[in-house]
Amino acid sequence: MDYMTLIQLLDSTVRLATPLLLACLAGLFSERAGIFDIGLDGKMLAAAFFSAAIAAMSGNVWLGLLAGIAASLALSLLHGLASITFRGNQLISGVAINFLAAGLTVLIAQDWFQQGGRTPSLIGGARFNPITLPFADTIEPMPIIGPLYAELISGHSILVYAAFAAVPLTWWLLYRTRFGLRLRAVGENPAAVDTAGVSVIGLRYAAVCICGVLCGIAGAYLSTALQAGFIKDMSAGRGYIALAALIFAKWRPWYALWATLLFGLFGALETRPDVIEALIGIKVQGQLLGALPYVMTVIILAGFVGKAIPPRAGGEPYVKER
Amino acid sequence: MNDTTNMERQATAAPAIELKGISKAFGPVQANKDISIRVMPGTIHGIIGENGAGKSTLMSILYGFYKADKGEIFISGKKTDIPDSQAAITAGIGMVFQHFKLVENFTVLENIILGAEDGRLLKPSLAKARKSLLKLADDYGLKVDPDALIQDIGVGMQQRVEILKALYRQADILILDEPTGVLTPAEADQLFRILGRLRSEGKTIILITHKLREIMNITDTVSVMRRGEMTATVKTAETSPAELAELMVGRKVLLRVDKKPAQPAEVVLDIKGLRVVDEKGVERLRGIDLQVRAGEILGVAGVAGNGQSELLEVLGGYQTGSGSVQVKGQALDLTGKHSDGQSRRNRGIAHVPEDRQREGLIMDFQAWENTAFGYHKDPAYRHGILMDNAAIKADTVEKMERFDVRPPNPRLAAKSFSGGNQQKIVLAREIERNPDLLLIGQPTRGVDIGAIEFIHQQIVALRDQGKAILLVSVELEEILALSDRVAVMFDGQVMGVRDASATDEKELGLMMAGITDTEADAKIGA
Repeated sequence: MDYMTLIQLLDSTVRLATPLLLACLAGLFSERAGIFDIGLDGKMLAAAFFSAAIAAMSGNVWLGLLAGIAASLALSLLHGLASITFRGNQLISGVAINFLAAGLTVLIAQDWFQQGGRTPSLIGGARFNPITLPFADTIEPMPIIGPLYAELISGHSILVYAAFAAVPLTWWLLYRTRFGLRLRAVGENPAAVDTAGVSVIGLRYAAVCICGVLCGIAGAYLSTALQAGFIKDMSAGRGYIALAALIFAKWRPWYALWATLLFGLFGALETRPDVIEALIGIKVQGQLLGALPYVMTVIILAGFVGKAIPPRAGGEPYVKER
Repeated sequence: MNDTTNMERQATAAPAIELKGISKAFGPVQANKDISIRVMPGTIHGIIGENGAGKSTLMSILYGFYKADKGEIFISGKKTDIPDSQAAITAGIGMVFQHFKLVENFTVLENIILGAEDGRLLKPSLAKARKSLLKLADDYGLKVDPDALIQDIGVGMQQRVEILKALYRQADILILDEPTGVLTPAEADQLFRILGRLRSEGKTIILITHKLREIMNITDTVSVMRRGEMTATVKTAETSPAELAELMVGRKVLLRVDKKPAQPAEVVLDIKGLRVVDEKGVERLRGIDLQVRAGEILGVAGVAGNGQSELLEVLGGYQTGSGSVQVKGQALDLTGKHSDGQSRRNRGIAHVPEDRQREGLIMDFQAWENTAFGYHKDPAYRHGILMDNAAIKADTVEKMERFDVRPPNPRLAAKSFSGGNQQKIVLAREIERNPDLLLIGQPTRGVDIGAIEFIHQQIVALRDQGKAILLVSVELEEILALSDRVAVMFDGQVMGVRDASATDEKELGLMMAGITDTEADAKIGA
C-alpha cells in the first residue's frame, strides 16, 4: 500500500467516524445521566431529513442545520417525557423513536418533494462544503507532511472539526465542571443527588437535550456534508454502531474518539476491498468488516478486554424513596 | 405527658426543632398521627420504636422527602416550610440515611461537594472542601482520606463521609437513621464517641434506632413511637430499658383470641444448632435450638432484624445455613443444593412469608394466578401438559369464599386488593394444602383490624387440627395472643423460651432487649 492510499483511507476514516463520534458523545451524555438511549439512530435520521429538506428549500445549509437540531431535540424531549417524567421503559421509548423517525421522514419527504422519499440533491450553499485550511496549497508539495496536511487534515467540512473539538470539550465539561460532576452522579446514584438538594429531573433533561443537539449535528452531517441530500434510512444503523462504540469506550470521551475512529476505519476499509487484499492476501467480504464493530462490542461486553461497567443507575427511572 | 410539660418549663432556649401536630397518611395507613416533639439544642435526642412505627416517615418529613398532611415545623423557634431537601439543608438540617446516599465511584471529596459546589468549576470547590475537611477532621475527630473512592472504603468510613457531608453543609441539626445497623460493635462505639464530640460542639442530634442499648448509652432525651403515634418523651436518665421496652411494644393486650389450651403431640420441627451467615459474612443466626410440636403454636418474638427473617428464609428453603433441621424425624437440606420452595412443600411445609408483596404474591398477576403459584404442578390444576385455568379459577373462587376475600373476584390483580385481603389469598393458598408445618411471618402486618381477627382464627383452627405452627411477629401483642410457647430472639440467638401463660410483656421486653434472667440475677448478685 502506498502512502497516498493510506492518506486516502485515513481521510475516509475521518469522514465516516464523524457522525459516529457525534452520536457516541450524544449517547455518552444521556447514558452518563442514567438515561439509556437506543433512539440515537432515529434522531440522526430525523435530523438528516429536516436539515436536507430545509437546506434544499432555503438554499442555506445553516438553516438546515438548525432545523436538524430542532427535529432531533424534539425527539429527545419526547424520550425525556416518556422516560424521565412518566418513568417509562427507556428501551421501548428509544425503539419507538427509531420507528417513528424511519416512517415519518420518508412520508414527509414524499409529501414535500415527491421524489420517492428523498430530498432534491443539495448544491452550493445548501451543503457544508470542505474547508481548505490556511497554507494547504503551499504545504502540499512537501513530502510526507504535504499530503498529510492538505489531504487528511485540511479539506473537511466544518462539522468534522466541530465533532473532533467536542471530544476535549465533553471531557472538560464532565470532569472539570459542577455540571459534569452532578451529571455523572445522577447516572450513578440519583438518590445522592436528590438528597444533596439538586433536581434529578432537571439534570436528566439537560443531559437528554445535549444528546439531542449532538445527534442533530450528526444527522445534519450525514445529509448535508457526507452526502448531498436525504435518502430513505440513510442513517444506516450508525446510531447502533455509535452505541457499540460507547460501550467499547467505556462511557469515556477520549476512548469514544478512538473507538469511533476504529469503527470509521472499518467503514473505510469496507469500501476498499482491494486494500485489504493487498495487505493480507485474502479477499474479505465487505459485510464482514461491517459486522466487526458489533463483534468487537460483544467481545468487550463479555469482559475479554477489561470490564465495561455502565452507569449504575442507567435505565432505571428515579423514584423518590426513604 | 408530665415529662413534656416539665421539660417545657426547664427550657430556656428555643428548641432546635419543634414539630407540632404532624400527621401523614399513605392511603389508608396512618404513618404519623398528630406528632409533637421538641428537641433542645446541644442534645442527643433518641427516637425509638419498632419497624413501621413511623420514625422514618417523620424524619423524611423533616428532610423534605414527604409533605405532612397536617402540622407545623419550627426550626430554632422559627416556623419553617420544608418542601424539599434543599430547604432542609438551608435550614441547617443534615441527614445520615440508613442506606447511604453516596456515589460509589466518586472520591470522598467529590461526594462531599456534590450539590454544595462553590461555582461552575470544580477545582476551587475541591480545594476549598479539602481544606475544610482537614479542619472538620481536627474539630470532631473525623479522619478520612479525601481521595479514596467510596467503593474502596468500609461502611464505617462511608458513614463518616455522610456525617462530613452534613457538616460541610453547615448542618447544626444532624439526623441519623438507624446508624448502627450496618456497623460492627467497634465501629458503633466509635460513632458514639463522634456523636458525643458533636454534641459538645453544640450540634443537635436526633438518633433514630430500635436498639435500647444505644438509647441508654448516648441520648439525653428519648421519644417513643408506636404505630404512628408518639407515645412518650422522657429523659434518658429517668428511665430504664425495661420501661422503654414496655412503651415500645405496648402495655395493653388489645387482641384477644379465643382458643382452647393446646394439646401438643409429637415433635414436628426440630432445629439444632442452626447457623446462617449472610453474603457479607455476618453471622445472622448463631446456633439456634427450637422445637415445634404438632398442635401448638410457637411464637418467635424479637425486635426486627435479630435473625427471625433468616430463620424463616432458611426453613423456607431460600437461604442456606448449617446445623440440623428435622421435620417429622427427617433431615431438611440446608445447603441450597436440593432445597427450594418446591422441595419444602413436598415435605409438608407451607410458608406464608413476611413480605407478602415481594415473596408471597406477584402483585401484577391476577388472584387466580397467584393462587396457583407453587402448586401449579397439582394434577387438579392440569390438563395434560397444559394448565387447567378454568379449574384454578373455580378453586380460587371457592377459596376466596371460604376466606372471605373481598372483592371475591379471581380476575383482579393482587395489587388491587387491600393488605388484609392479599394476606388472605396467600393464607388460603398455603393453609388449604393441609401442611404438617406452617411457617408464618408477620401475619397481620399492614392488615386492617377486621382481617386480623379472621387471620388469627384461621391460624388457631389449623393448630387445633394438630398442625405445627412457627409464628414470627414483631408485634408482641400478637405473639402473646396466639402462641402457646414464646421464643425470644436477640442478635441471632434464642434468649429463652417461655410458656405463653407464664410470661408477660415485661419479661419478654427485657429478653428482646438482650437481657436474660441470669444476667439480671448476676447483676443483683454482684
